[in-house]
Parts: sequence; structure tokens; C-alpha cells
Amino acid sequence: MAQLKRHSVLPGFGLSLGYTLFYLSTIVLLPLAALVLKTMHLTWGQFMTTVTDPEVLAAYRVSFGASFVAAILNAAIGLLVAWVLVRYRFFGKRFLDAMIDLPFALPTAVAGISLTTLYAKNGWIGRLLDPLGIHVAYTWSGIVLALTFIGMPFVVRTIQPVLQDLDPEVEEAAASLGAGRWLIFRRVVFPEVWPPLLTGFSLSFARAVGEYGSVIFIAANIPMKTEIAPVMIVKKLEEFQYSQATAIAVVMLVASFIILLMISLLQKWTAGRGVRR
Amino acid sequence: MNTAASLAIRSQKQLRQGGTTEPAVVRYILIGATFLVLGLFLILPLIIVFHEAFADGVSVYCDALRDDDTLSAIRLTLLTAAIAVPANVIFGIAASWCISKFEFVGKRVLLTLIDLPFAISPIISGLIFVLLFGLQGWMGVWLHRHHIHIIGSVVGVVLATVFVTFPFVARELIPLMEAQGTEEEQAAISLGASGWRCFLKITLPNIKWGLLYGIILCNARAMGEFGAVSVVSGKIRGETETMPLHVETLYNDNQSSAAFAVASLLTLLAVATLIAKSIVEWKTAATTQLVPEAPASLIVSTAPPLHPSGKGGFDI
Repeated sequence: MAQLKRHSVLPGFGLSLGYTLFYLSTIVLLPLAALVLKTMHLTWGQFMTTVTDPEVLAAYRVSFGASFVAAILNAAIGLLVAWVLVRYRFFGKRFLDAMIDLPFALPTAVAGISLTTLYAKNGWIGRLLDPLGIHVAYTWSGIVLALTFIGMPFVVRTIQPVLQDLDPEVEEAAASLGAGRWLIFRRVVFPEVWPPLLTGFSLSFARAVGEYGSVIFIAANIPMKTEIAPVMIVKKLEEFQYSQATAIAVVMLVASFIILLMISLLQKWTAGRGVRR
Repeated sequence: MNTAASLAIRSQKQLRQGGTTEPAVVRYILIGATFLVLGLFLILPLIIVFHEAFADGVSVYCDALRDDDTLSAIRLTLLTAAIAVPANVIFGIAASWCISKFEFVGKRVLLTLIDLPFAISPIISGLIFVLLFGLQGWMGVWLHRHHIHIIGSVVGVVLATVFVTFPFVARELIPLMEAQGTEEEQAAISLGASGWRCFLKITLPNIKWGLLYGIILCNARAMGEFGAVSVVSGKIRGETETMPLHVETLYNDNQSSAAFAVASLLTLLAVATLIAKSIVEWKTAATTQLVPEAPASLIVSTAPPLHPSGKGGFDI
């Protein structure tokens, strides 16, 4: 008999694996199978008419475009914040470090209404931006703002451990050879930091594409303008157009699986670099 | 000779201050920028929640919380978490036991499948349950004939929440238990301890902080989930509305201060989560070196953990 499991003296393998598979199948695989079945029942024509509908295409553009801009903002903010939190000692550092995870802990609906209130025309920040002609709430920039908020911890948390593990001797060596600070950052620190930066970028992009709760409040959901793909799915479900909702969802799922595949390739590549070093 | 000496002095000076850190000005600008960005981005939204909640006075705030629909939303949120968290804890322990203590074929695939709910948009997580149990869904006709309603009922809300919070505990425990290895358990078993005794006396004390960490994250998400729950709940006021859904209803009803009053409770939950998380991180750093600096956060990644060395993975 082929060896499917290596022998071990520990008990409970059958029970724990059996329960794991049973629970996984009931909670995750069965509902996902419903999605796959529904997709297989769509005809190619149905699928294409739904997915190439101008309103749906516009929703994809808004979703992916805003998520991309938000992920770039997150990369910049995340690099700055991670650098400051790892390298400098200052008052309030532990507090800031703990606050980074707030977007994960705060329910997205709460984030949505509080950001909308802050950036609305009469809000604390919106009031300051209004005379400058900058409108954030109920526009495309509002979507970017909400998506930046919910994705912020990713980049910080992926870069932090790498910066911490960076051997100070390498930088000292560069400095003793006469390199300036900026040169050291560009040539010594940045090559180490950029793989996790890219991973954090993709993670926050992937999260932003699927986000719903925080966006619907600040976006006003105007068709063709500020309507994101998840809102289109909800709309189709409310009209009981299950097939159309499924078609829109499948495109999003395929896109996010491609992103996740890229992330895992990046991680392999990063791990490979670590071994070589 | 002279130049060599001055070079040596310069590089020593650089080593002390210039070599491994930036000039003070740059340092202060960067720290200032961090405070500004995080203050505007993270702290201000927290403050505005309480400001708006009390905008119409304390009595309005209290009335909003004493409202029947609000109380029912709070009850449903607590009930949902009380089912979802223990269910996923039992699963998490079972999954991490078989994955981390044994070698078997198909482990990678299993890990990927466990991560699936994190990779899926909340809306799609709700959609799959509608496709399964909804009127036009695969089991819809059969359920309808037997007068069982899952979509638009508490059962649907609970199921969607269990789905969304599915990987949290397992994700936290697998890298931790993998790093701890099997030696202690093997010793206990060979000395004659029963399987359960070995688990309770050896494994459980070893993983207690990681487990607590997973529970905290799982609970925060269970109570705060919006997208998936909003698709399946049908949003019946006083019946299938959780707290986040009730916030939306009140907000769209132009009852802003009532919406923020309920939101303030969820914000307190978030702050409590962050505090509990920091305490657990501090405890793990103090007691073991297994989950050190990199705090495994609420982030969720794909199948392979970001730190396969067992440093605490990153999950959405």
C-alpha cells in the first residue's frame, strides 16, 4: 500500500482529520460548489452579455482602478510608517503600533459612516477641502480613501519584520565605506524591503477589490461613476438575477485568484532570496 | 596618514550617528509625517464616532441604545458570535492538530482550502449561500416545500458569519504548533498518557496564547461582519439585523446620531480587541520566543504563510 501518512505515535489523526474534512466540506466546499454549479449552467452568451454590459464594465473599472490607486497609496504610507516604527524611538510608538491594526478590528460599516461624516462637505476635513474645490465624499476619491483605510495594515505588517531582521552590520559596512544615508537606503535597504512591499501591495489590492461595507457609504453608488463591482452583485441579487450576479462574481473571483497566485509566487521568490543570503 | 586618520574619525562619527540613522531633521520630519497620517487616518475616525454619537446629547444616545430594534440587533450579534467562535475554535484545534503533528499526502491542498474564505469577497461569500439556499438556489425548492427558511433568517446570518470567520483560529494555531514540534507530546504518550490527557496537559498550555489570539480576531470579525451578512439576512428590523446592519439602516434613515450610537459600541469592541491583542502579543513575547516580533495580525494571506519559519503568519 502506498504510504499516504508517515507513521507517528501520536493519537487522534483519524478523528482530527475526519472532523476537519467534514467541517470544511459543510461550511466552505458545499456553498462554493453551488457557485461552481451555477457558473456551469450559465451559457457563454449569457455570461458575455452580463459581463460586457456597460454598467458592469464601468463597475469593474471603478473597482480595479480605485483599488490599484489605494494599494499604491498604501505602499507609500506603509513604507513610511513601518520605517518610523522599526527604526526610531519616540513617545507614543507602542500606541501607534497597536493602532495600525485598527482597520482590521473596526467593523467596515463603522469605518464607512465615520469617513463619510469626516469628508462630507460640512465634515471636519471636508470643510477644509471644500474651498480648495476638493470633494472626497460621494466621489471616486472617496472610494480610494475608504479602500486605503481598510488596506493600510497590510504593507506595514509585511515590511515590519523584514526591516527588523535587517542586519545593521550591512548598513554599517556601507557607511564605513563612505556611502551617504540616501545611497544606503537606495542600494542596501530598499532591495531587501521591496519584495515584502510588493506582497503588501498585492494583499491590500486583493482586499480592496472585494471590499463592500466601507465603500457603499462614501461612494453614493452612482451607476457608471461610483458603483463598485460588489455593489453590482448586490443589485442583481435584489432583482433576483442570480445568473447575472454569479457571472459578475466569477470574473471578480478569477481576478482575485490571479492576484493571490502572484502573491504566493512573490512569497516563494522572497523566501528563496532569504536562503541565498 | 593625516587623511587616513581623518577618514577613520569621520567614519567612526558616521557609525555613531550618520551611518545607521538619518540626520535629526529628517528623523523628526518622518516621525511627524507618521503621526499626521495615522492621526488623520486612524485616530480621527475613532473620535468622530463618539462626537457624532453624543451630538444630540446623552439622553438621545441612551434612548438609541435602549431602542427595541437596537437591543435585538445586539442580541443577534452576541448570539452569532457565541455560535461562530466556538465552532471555529473546535475546527481550528482539530485542523491544526492533524496538520501540524502529522505528515500526510495532500497537506498543502488542505491548507489552501482552509484559507479560501479569506480570499473571497464578503459579498461573494453571501452570494454562495443565496445560490445554495435561496428560492432559486439548489436546495431552494426542497427547503421551501419543507417550510425551512435559511436566507432571510437567523440561521443564514450565523452560517455566513461562520464562513467568513472560518480560518482565523486554524491560521493562528497551525504555524505555532508546527514550530513547537511533537517531541513533548511523544514523550507524554510514550510515558503512558492518554491522547486527551496529553492534549490537555501538554498541547493546550503550549498553545493557549495563540489560541486566545485567534479567538480575539475571530470574535472581532464575527461581530463586525457586514457584506456577507447583509446579502443573506434580508435585513428584517428587529429580527435578522446584526449591529453593523442596524448601523446601516439607521444611517440611511437619517438617524445619524442613533447610527453612531450603535457604531460607538462596535468601536469600543474594536478598541477592546486592539488592547487584548497587544496584551497577548506582549505575553507571547515574554513567555515564549515562538511568536516573537512579527505580530500575526488580522491580515489574511494565501496558502503559504508569509513566514514559513513559524514566526506567526499574516492573514487577512
